[in-house]
Amino acid sequence: MNRVIARKLAANVSRLKVRQEYFCTDAAARVSVFNRGQSSQEHKEKNDFANNIQQYDIAIVGGGMVGMALACSLASMPLTKHLNVAIIDSNPALGSRVRLNKGDPPDARVSTVTPATISLFKDVGAWQYIEQNRHAYFDKMQVWDYTGLGYTRYNARDINKEVLGCVVENKVLHDSLLSCIETTDFQKTFHPSRLTSMTLHPSSSSMGMDSTLLKTPSSSLGHLAKLELSDGKSIFAKLVVGADGGKSRVRELAGFKTTGWNYSQDAIICTVEHSVENQCAWQRFLPAGPIALLPLGNNFSNIVWTMNPKEALNRKLMNEDDFVKDTNAALDYGYGPHPKSSLLEMGDMFSWLRGDVTLSATEGFEVPPKVVKLASERMVFPLSLKHANDYASKRVVLIGDAAHTVHPLAGQGVNMGFGDALALSRVIAEGIAVGIDIGEVTMLKKYEEERKRANIMMMAILDGFQKAYSVDFGPLNLLRAAVFHGANYISPLKRNIISYASGDQRLPLFS
Amino acid sequence: MASKLLNHCHLRALCSTHVFSPRFPHPTRATLTLLHFRPFSDAPSSPPPEKPQSYNNTRNDIGMEKSPTQTLSSLKELELVKFASIAETWWDSEGPFKPLHVMNPTRLAFIRSTLCRHFRKDPNSSRPFEGLKIVDVGCGGGILSEPLARMGAAVTGVDAVEKNIKIARLHAELDPVTSTIEYCCTTAERLVEEERKFDAVISLEVIEHVADPAEFCKSLAALTIPDGATVISTINRSMRAYATAIIGAEYILHWLPKGTHQWSSFLTPEELVLILERANITVKEMAGFVYNPFTRRWSLSDDISVNFISFGTKNAQ
Repeated sequence: MNRVIARKLAANVSRLKVRQEYFCTDAAARVSVFNRGQSSQEHKEKNDFANNIQQYDIAIVGGGMVGMALACSLASMPLTKHLNVAIIDSNPALGSRVRLNKGDPPDARVSTVTPATISLFKDVGAWQYIEQNRHAYFDKMQVWDYTGLGYTRYNARDINKEVLGCVVENKVLHDSLLSCIETTDFQKTFHPSRLTSMTLHPSSSSMGMDSTLLKTPSSSLGHLAKLELSDGKSIFAKLVVGADGGKSRVRELAGFKTTGWNYSQDAIICTVEHSVENQCAWQRFLPAGPIALLPLGNNFSNIVWTMNPKEALNRKLMNEDDFVKDTNAALDYGYGPHPKSSLLEMGDMFSWLRGDVTLSATEGFEVPPKVVKLASERMVFPLSLKHANDYASKRVVLIGDAAHTVHPLAGQGVNMGFGDALALSRVIAEGIAVGIDIGEVTMLKKYEEERKRANIMMMAILDGFQKAYSVDFGPLNLLRAAVFHGANYISPLKRNIISYASGDQRLPLFS
Repeated sequence: MASKLLNHCHLRALCSTHVFSPRFPHPTRATLTLLHFRPFSDAPSSPPPEKPQSYNNTRNDIGMEKSPTQTLSSLKELELVKFASIAETWWDSEGPFKPLHVMNPTRLAFIRSTLCRHFRKDPNSSRPFEGLKIVDVGCGGGILSEPLARMGAAVTGVDAVEKNIKIARLHAELDPVTSTIEYCCTTAERLVEEERKFDAVISLEVIEHVADPAEFCKSLAALTIPDGATVISTINRSMRAYATAIIGAEYILHWLPKGTHQWSSFLTPEELVLILERANITVKEMAGFVYNPFTRRWSLSDDISVNFISFGTKNAQ
């Protein structure tokens, strides 16, 4: 063992000596390098070498949709495609790909991807794989509430686009990213284990004048972050990316504090079937929470129904027929009347604004298609708002749900995560262009500034909606109705809302 | 845009002594005062953090005649004492060297784009300077040398202050990529004596601390191979620079210790172009750095009224 170490260190030292070809007045430097090389033998290096130390540029903890999106984005840019990346995820399916069976009914876990995310996927080359599997573009959306006082319809043609978004199963999204990265020669290594502990070595600002490298355990690896995995392996990386979801271990180990609260609401999700094609996204705000019906294609739709935890449990356990009846009631005549679709009463108020009417403002109110049967099991998830106070510190950065979790009411959660992945990969590329060490905190803070601003804005808006709709109070109901009408008939506002929700990064009101 | 600026500078440099007119009442005397004699710069009371190169040329201060060796040693002692206290803070990105750390990516962006274009390297490569020999004159703690090494260059960093070199070496050892940097405690003149040659000679924020900028530029030119690159950055001797770089940075924002810079030691872009011309270097591009206090970021711009950087090539003989 010692001989191996001695040989390795000797090789390191001789490499250093060879590069100092030119005559340099300070010969003492060379001597100290030699000493340093020999003295680090007595440290943990012995154990480290025995445990098969692996060194990476970036370690992505969490190989889910957002983690893999980061990997794909890095693989697709010329400045970053040479990076050596480790992906740590205990899901064994990552290493050995499980073929998606197209005949299966749709999975209940779906995401609505915004046009911004679609273009990200197209840029990295992963969208082609999604088109080969089940996916459903939709170009219409209708939002109303139980009071029947107002509704809003959105149409992609309002902003001269083809689609408002696309509903895709999470497993399809994930698989397409995996397929995409397999086709590149990006150096990635999957580690099918969990992260148990992490050490982020201190920066060199605490160095004294003497050679302090004797104090750090491994002289050549002392500046890297060290991750210990559940299978006993240790890996070193210049940058650790926490993409491990709402209960992020990386966030915990790095000591990032979070702000947030639990909504006293759970969401039930399931897949349902209709007798006709559903091509519109529907959302109705009920007293206990919104119910959303998202098109999946082939007469299938996905339901995301938010309600208080007791009701959620009841609905999960009740028999299927009752559940279907309840769902139809919630979408149609239950809890309150339909909004009037004629423009006669309310429309006069806005006739002076109607110079430039959007296509969807002329569409009347429609009732969503009836649910015929349940096509999957019902899953229940508790909902909360959580936001990490910092996204980045030296050698560690958070993306996706690890940095922020939101209410699903606007289908933005994973889209914010994809936005994070894109922003981080761009910041890393810019850093590499100017030779910065990618674990450098100033560079990571640039990412944090950019994304925090966007994410906090979105979270504030979503939280505002959630709170506004959880109160049944006469004047507030009228105010919400007025907002519906405003959004429906004031064309510039509607266009801005659609742009913002599509991921165009412009605020709905002030830009 | 940059070429327009350069044409302007070249024109002004070429039309005789009117070059120096905006700031001095007597142009001819000004020429002489600038190049050989600095009436307004006393012996530095608090030496600047960036290592000033102390040269063999005599610095004649008002009323004091010092012999070359005496000047050299007295300056060195003063600087060493001052630097000993803050040398450790080179790599503390919140310390007295913070402005350099914050400005660094912007300077590197300019260097990357000009050098890639000049040496015909692929700008999309992650190591575009592979195969180039670069010297960082006045490297300090290695803030510029390390990113250059990461970009693939074979870097030599020189600084006349021993402590800076020690700090630079220690920090560079942390990353195997930067541990290949050759640091030497020496001056540009001595490197010229050793007949060292480099593809690119970079000296940022140093020339304003030098006793004789013309001689300094000649040394830098001697270190460059024919058709090699020379990059120099400094602060403009303008009213605006006085307000921002001295009063603003030193007295109001406390970014830099007081006395870091002497306004009279600053060079205008025209003067820099002229002395580089005389050293056989043609300035090809020039850009300025501007700071946006709201986004707290530096960016490259055409505004050379405060900080500016110039890229020149050595005339092939």
